Amino acid sequence: MNCNDLQLKSIDYRKIILEIIYNGGAGHTGGSLSCIDILNVLYNNFLDINPDNFESNNRNRYIQSKGHSVEALYTVLCDKKFFKKKDLNTLNKFNSHFIGHPTRKVKGIEHNTGALGHGLSVAVGISLAYKLDKKPFKVYTLLGDGELSEGSVWEALTSANKYKLDNLVIIIDRNKLQITGNTEEVNPIEPLADKFRSFGLIVKEVDGNSIIELDNIFNQIPFESNKPNLIIANTTKGKGVSFIENVVSWHHRVPTEEEYTQAIDELNLQKNKLIN
Amino acid sequence: MIEKANLEVFANTLLELAKKDKDIVVVTSDSRGSGKLVQFGKELPDQIIEVGIAEQNLVGICAGLSAAGKKVFGVSPSSFLTARSLEQIKNDIAYSDHPVTLVGISAGISYGQLGSTHHSIHDLAVLRTINNIDIVVPADNFETKEVTKIAVDYPKPLFIRFGKKPMLKIHKQNEKFEIGKAIEIIKGKDITFLAIGETVQRAYLASTILKEMNISSSIISMHTLRPFDESFFLKSITNTKALITVEEHSTSGGIGEKCASIILQNQLNILFRIVGIPDEYMINGSQSDVLDYYDMEPNKLALIARKLLNR
Repeated sequence: MNCNDLQLKSIDYRKIILEIIYNGGAGHTGGSLSCIDILNVLYNNFLDINPDNFESNNRNRYIQSKGHSVEALYTVLCDKKFFKKKDLNTLNKFNSHFIGHPTRKVKGIEHNTGALGHGLSVAVGISLAYKLDKKPFKVYTLLGDGELSEGSVWEALTSANKYKLDNLVIIIDRNKLQITGNTEEVNPIEPLADKFRSFGLIVKEVDGNSIIELDNIFNQIPFESNKPNLIIANTTKGKGVSFIENVVSWHHRVPTEEEYTQAIDELNLQKNKLIN
Repeated sequence: MIEKANLEVFANTLLELAKKDKDIVVVTSDSRGSGKLVQFGKELPDQIIEVGIAEQNLVGICAGLSAAGKKVFGVSPSSFLTARSLEQIKNDIAYSDHPVTLVGISAGISYGQLGSTHHSIHDLAVLRTINNIDIVVPADNFETKEVTKIAVDYPKPLFIRFGKKPMLKIHKQNEKFEIGKAIEIIKGKDITFLAIGETVQRAYLASTILKEMNISSSIISMHTLRPFDESFFLKSITNTKALITVEEHSTSGGIGEKCASIILQNQLNILFRIVGIPDEYMINGSQSDVLDYYDMEPNKLALIARKLLNR
């Protein structure tokens, strides 16, 4: 899919994220909006995961370790026809499988996440299995930046390095905010790229809200043979809606009716600009 | 007859199975020596993953390998495996439904004088509260070998634990082993000893002491804590007048309390004692000294039985 079409899709995805959070009465608004461009590019141009091949062990994988941004994942999976929009509209309703963190009860979800620092080890395990079986598939995993305080992340990196997992692609959604505030104030993680490099990874940085840059960087994988790939995707938390961007309280906030209307108006304006 | 340690039987059985099935993968956390898996590593280096001392990572990697179609055995001391990485067991194995077999080695108080950091008398209780992981504690070499064979293609997450001491042979040759089906080793009429894991042999020895006093014991190896063989349990315990449960585990949340709950909810009137590690700062000593101290010495078990029966 060309980048222009993907940019339009990102806007539509953002509208759906806001709609389901608004109707569901809860959701991780800021984080879903920061990572949606990454998911958009992956699912539409690189992963080749669809309802027909999902049960197969011979395909690429995507593990969303930052499970709280599940609304972004649901939105993309719905677009990829894993389930119908009317099913997604049951988000947060009693007895719905569409809950606030990924669960395999929803088709298209690879792994149950939500507690942070889990997804990378699982992704390492799948990458290892593919290496053992000499399968050509890649494993992508998305981590939050606040998540990097979890020690298990760094345990997993040592194994990724040891087993030379160049089929593993780690993406950090570096939106610089977590529920309490700025990541560097809550518990500093910089210098991030140097830390990852010292663990044996090949590290590249991109604008994680730029479809063109993301498309370009994923095309370069593997960055180097026998080395795990890591992309620091510098994003804006709440990207796309002026009054949500970079505001800490939008980590897990639901728009009011007025805010919701304003957000959709803003996104429609962006779409019109792109089309014309 | 004294046979091998269950741990050794597990390792040997798994090696033989893995030679014929390249999808069997073992994951260790610097535990291949204590897991008797050195030979496995030599013979099948491509089927053993070593993560170093990182139990959380071990369990997560197990989940990933399983998700990609491997038949996975995560082997690590039970103490660390079920406490340090409990969240990974809960979320990545049980909740995510990956049919990994987690093997808690040197379980219970196998580490003796090394102290509480290394003991696992909590493992069965905590895993009982997590949905979707079956729990098996084999009593002897026979049960260990059978459960290892079943585990390879078992369709659910599974936890197995055992110690490292050589075990008594307690089963007949042609016994049938099934996960979730208790085994009645001896049928008696006065008292039932229901034990899980390696304490079955202590109950067995107690029964031979009681026999000399004309007290006849049933010995049940309740090797599977979940799914619990409730129908067998209800049928068998009414055959005798009293029940004693024996476990190398905290009495809080162990098999004794499981039995108590069933007994009470079925309005059964039965003489009953739970023998295990009480809720206290545990005494220091070798595994056998500690088990003896907490009433699992065969003569002490026999005495408890006599007191219960008033004989």
